[in-house]
Amino acid sequence: MNADLGIYGTYVAIFAMVLATYPMRVGGYWLMAHVPLTPRVRRILEALPGAVIVSTVLPILAREGVPAAIGIAAALASTLIRRNDFVALIAGVAAAAAARAMGLG
Amino acid sequence: MLSVAISSLVPRGGVATKRRMSSADHPSNRPYWSRAGAALGARLALPLIPGYIAFGLAVGATGASKGFSFIAVLLMNAFVYAGASQLIAMEIWPAKLTLATILGMALIIATVNARMLLMGASLRPWLGPLPWWQAYPMQHLTTDPGWILAMRYRAEGGNDAAMFLANGLVLCGVWMTSTSVGYWLGALVSEPRRFGIDLVMPIFFAVMLIPLWRGGTRKMRRGIAWLVAGGVALVVQHLVPGWWFIIAGAVAGALAEGFADER
Repeated sequence: MNADLGIYGTYVAIFAMVLATYPMRVGGYWLMAHVPLTPRVRRILEALPGAVIVSTVLPILAREGVPAAIGIAAALASTLIRRNDFVALIAGVAAAAAARAMGLG
Repeated sequence: MLSVAISSLVPRGGVATKRRMSSADHPSNRPYWSRAGAALGARLALPLIPGYIAFGLAVGATGASKGFSFIAVLLMNAFVYAGASQLIAMEIWPAKLTLATILGMALIIATVNARMLLMGASLRPWLGPLPWWQAYPMQHLTTDPGWILAMRYRAEGGNDAAMFLANGLVLCGVWMTSTSVGYWLGALVSEPRRFGIDLVMPIFFAVMLIPLWRGGTRKMRRGIAWLVAGGVALVVQHLVPGWWFIIAGAVAGALAEGFADER
């Protein structure tokens, strides 16, 4: 389990990612032919995207500090003003880069 | 994409299918394949393309900035084809690739992608009568925004499997193109940190929270779930090395929302 996989490592890892993704795409479809989803399971799965995002971003924010916070704030503000994914992304990255250039990180 | 409520990508007022197909057109109510359905699916994909390109550029640039080869990024984009989980994977990519570290990463990816179980489940009533060799390969094309379109089409009485396939193929083509362009753009930036490229993932994710918040029907419950997710993630980050805080926070938050009984 702990042997370094060397040059094949990346491809083994990508294959593992496929195994962690495609079964999720068809798993619910398959399952519905056998057992129905309960409302509670449905609610839990519906809650997952937001919970994943919060629990991914918050610790990164804590680690990366002020520039990350400024970048995220700029992107959120941009989205609230005018919904455009491009503008939000550029605003966020530019604000974070500016904060770093000013030595805030 | 991760946000199930990609209302941002769909024009307000909903997607109007030009020709409303009622189940009365096909009394058997079985899914069928038609050229018209394929054309409709392709056309319905158009409003999603700008958001797709932005996300694809972000994923491609991240791949380049993290030092992945173009082939690896290409394989990931084609066969994993789940941008949010790819962004997380590239962020947490183990420095030493062993079966153990790969398994740990795969568990986190599976958690991130578990929401797709719900999408597949909701496709069953529509695609269920198709033979397995049509229904299963086709669902590799399921994405959050594409799924929302498909559900609307279905709710309006649509039953043409070609709509789903053509819609998915157009979006996948845009994805492969934009991620590749993003990779080469990202490769031009020699110092990703200086230009904030390393923060693309958290920035994009944070923006996705807005439609997820607006789309939620019970804000109180969702707010508590997010507090639980964030709190658990921060605590686990302090106590446990590695990236387990993603699973711990995500599962805790999702369970909190699922078990908070509405009253």
